[in-house]
Amino acid sequence: MEELFTSAVIVGIFWATLRIATPLLLAALGELVCESSGILNLSLEGTMTMGAFAGFYVANETGSILAGLVAAGLGGAFLSLIMALMTVTAKVNQVVAGLALNILGLGLAFFWYRSIYEAEGSIDIPTVDTMEAPWEFFPIPWLTILALVMVPVVWVFLYRTKYGLELRSVGHNPEACDMRGVGIISRQYVAVVFGGVMAGLAGSFLSLGSTGLFFPDIISGRGWIALAIVIFGNWRATWVLVGSLLFGFLEATQLALQASDVDLPYQLLLALPFVLTIVALVFNRSRSNVPLSLTIPYHRGER
Amino acid sequence: MTETILAVDRVTKRFPGVIANDAVTVDIRRGEIHCVLGENGAGKTTLADVLYGVYRPDEGTVTLNGEPLELHTPRDAIAAGIGMVHQHFELVPPMSVVENVVIGTSASQWLDLSEVRDRLNEFFHNYDVEIDPDAEVGRLSVGEQQWVEIFKTLYFGVEVLILDEPTAVLTPQGVQELFRILRRMRDEGLTIILITHKLKEVMELSDRVTVLRLGKVVGTVNTADVQMRDLAQMMVGREVLFQFDKERSDPGEPVLEVDGIHLPSVTGRGSLKGLSLTVCAGEVVGLAGVSGNGQNALFDALVGVEKPSSGDIRIGGVDTAELSANRIAQLGMASVPADRIAQGLLMDFKVKENLVLGRHRSNTFSRGGLLNRGAIDGFASKSIEGFDIRTPSASQSTRTLSGGNLQKVIMARELSGEPKLLVAHQPTRGLDISASEYVRRRLLEERDRGAAVLLMSEDLDEIFQLSDRIAVIYDGRIVSETTPEQADLESLGLSMAGADSVDVGSAS
Ligand SMILES: Nc1ncnc2c1ncn2[C@@H]1O[C@H](COP(=O)(O)OP(=O)(O)O)[C@@H](O)[C@H]1O
Ligand SMILES: [Mg+2]
Repeated sequence: MEELFTSAVIVGIFWATLRIATPLLLAALGELVCESSGILNLSLEGTMTMGAFAGFYVANETGSILAGLVAAGLGGAFLSLIMALMTVTAKVNQVVAGLALNILGLGLAFFWYRSIYEAEGSIDIPTVDTMEAPWEFFPIPWLTILALVMVPVVWVFLYRTKYGLELRSVGHNPEACDMRGVGIISRQYVAVVFGGVMAGLAGSFLSLGSTGLFFPDIISGRGWIALAIVIFGNWRATWVLVGSLLFGFLEATQLALQASDVDLPYQLLLALPFVLTIVALVFNRSRSNVPLSLTIPYHRGER
Repeated sequence: MTETILAVDRVTKRFPGVIANDAVTVDIRRGEIHCVLGENGAGKTTLADVLYGVYRPDEGTVTLNGEPLELHTPRDAIAAGIGMVHQHFELVPPMSVVENVVIGTSASQWLDLSEVRDRLNEFFHNYDVEIDPDAEVGRLSVGEQQWVEIFKTLYFGVEVLILDEPTAVLTPQGVQELFRILRRMRDEGLTIILITHKLKEVMELSDRVTVLRLGKVVGTVNTADVQMRDLAQMMVGREVLFQFDKERSDPGEPVLEVDGIHLPSVTGRGSLKGLSLTVCAGEVVGLAGVSGNGQNALFDALVGVEKPSSGDIRIGGVDTAELSANRIAQLGMASVPADRIAQGLLMDFKVKENLVLGRHRSNTFSRGGLLNRGAIDGFASKSIEGFDIRTPSASQSTRTLSGGNLQKVIMARELSGEPKLLVAHQPTRGLDISASEYVRRRLLEERDRGAAVLLMSEDLDEIFQLSDRIAVIYDGRIVSETTPEQADLESLGLSMAGADSVDVGSAS
């Protein structure tokens, strides 16, 4: 047991926590804004895969990490734009649209990957280093810094600007906003596409950041965890940060456990985040911040 | 006072299958309170929504201060100086009063609520309204929410304020308070259009009134020149009986016997503290009382969804303590709940499905565990005809029906089994004159057929009209009993308020 508490292991867990939390935090913050406007985007998994692939491909072709990041954001934006078209404009059932886009995102990424690289398995990116910051003493990836910075940015946007207030109002009662002349469609598009860009970046962190690899199953459930984190965080930016770090920490600890000889069932730690989400749901029930019109499409003049 | 501010000229608005506004022409004068009166479905809300830019008229024009108005969205209306408070509040419940006011204004993008808060406090202070600008709107009372709606609209500095049925949600005191402030706003130069189907309000408040019926304007008159009776006739299209001729009742055996029941308040629907009551075959017992004195709890106990902690309830001599709600209904009890949408109907189901709800498992409507569609269709078309339910078809989604027709669906279902006991809770709340008249007549017919009828109502006129005996409920008990002949309004009001009179009839 002691070997778990050596300083090397603890420091390792600390870095691993940040790394694991980064894509979760990026995707969950985007989803938070998206859901605040009343649109539930269930396609995070597919959108993140899209971002991971687009980033990987463009970085590989151009040799530029920056170009890769832009491509990842655009890939996420592309998929979420379809989501917005379907749910905001065509008012398709959000759950159905989200699940369909999930399949589309995964399918497209896989299809392009296969047709471009013509090979099985994973490929390294020769031209791309991992995206660590230049300073050596604090080797924190750029995207992690971005994710952390986005927490106050999203908070200020949602709670300290009029646009954010109106965006949240649309998520609670679109009719009230419509009757006050607040543009619902534009705000929902902004929110959904922002969520898509964030999910795309989150995906690219996995292909360009930690591993430098792409493979079709690269997201492996992180999109769903990000959705759970929004619920765990009761639709608040600060608690989304806490949730992401908590998930990251548990995962990091679990990995450390597996690597050590300690005889503790790591599966327990894997399950813990989900148990905590359910507990949080139960506790927050009476003062839940869930957007009151989440998933309900708005039609003007309908009784 | 004669200058026209808003002129509506031959405005027509059609919905699939209905002409909601049919060449409506009205002129609204600056600084008046103008009522738009009409029964449910007359097209009042549609007209208001046209003026507020929610709908575009199919034909006709609207001019404001002599200029033609082209409204595409509510934003245009607000910019032109027209504000509207909808019947269903357009508020964001989890947000504070100030935040609700800021939505849609041209305040700067960096939220600075202090300025709005100051102006709001000034407003509230000016009109003697006590509301905390930082309170969460969802936690305010309905009356307070209405103030927020009104001030939210005035914040834009509108010239014309439209209020759609604002009193429907208010207590009598709340209505007086609202009227006091509306008069003051009018005197300060605001033009007010008030939509209602309540004659008393029109008489009390308005300078002029326009009556709508079936989408058409029946006429515009000065309120001072007409009587309530005239307006009623314009609105309904025939003479209205404010009084029923009812035969004297001939009560038989007790059907419902309630003996000292106690029910603790667990569900927030009030409590009962030793309530006793008897209703006999062939009589209507009116239960008068201010809402919140245990009416909901009594209703729950009678239909059997809550069980009293002590005391007993007998229907036709059978103790219901051990029986499920379904078994109680089978004893011959029918019930009309106060909240017809939440408790009486499945709004997304078809009309015919709602008509057999609760009896769908009986042998009449099902065979071998499967619904018997033929029998259901037959019963539905008979009910729709018999109760004059206005619906395009029996397969229509219930949600599209008006309030009066929803109530008719419930009545048709509940009365179809010729019940021995009928418990009706607020059966005419929110209904217009014609529908209320219809429901009341059906209740009397049930009495004459020999059913025991318990009528719980907050409408004293209704209690007086229909009851053979009147009982007053206060704080979970019956505090007095009388008859319509002996009772007078004043002492009845006192005992409803909990004054210690036992015998209302002779107390005066
Ligand atoms: N959005 C709508 N779609 C279809 N029919 C409608 C709609 N709004 C109103 N109607 C119909 O138009 C008529 C007038 O309705 P409304 O203006 O709401 O009447 P009121 O406010 O006087 O009760 C009714 O027959 C109603 O069913
Ligand atoms: Mg209306």
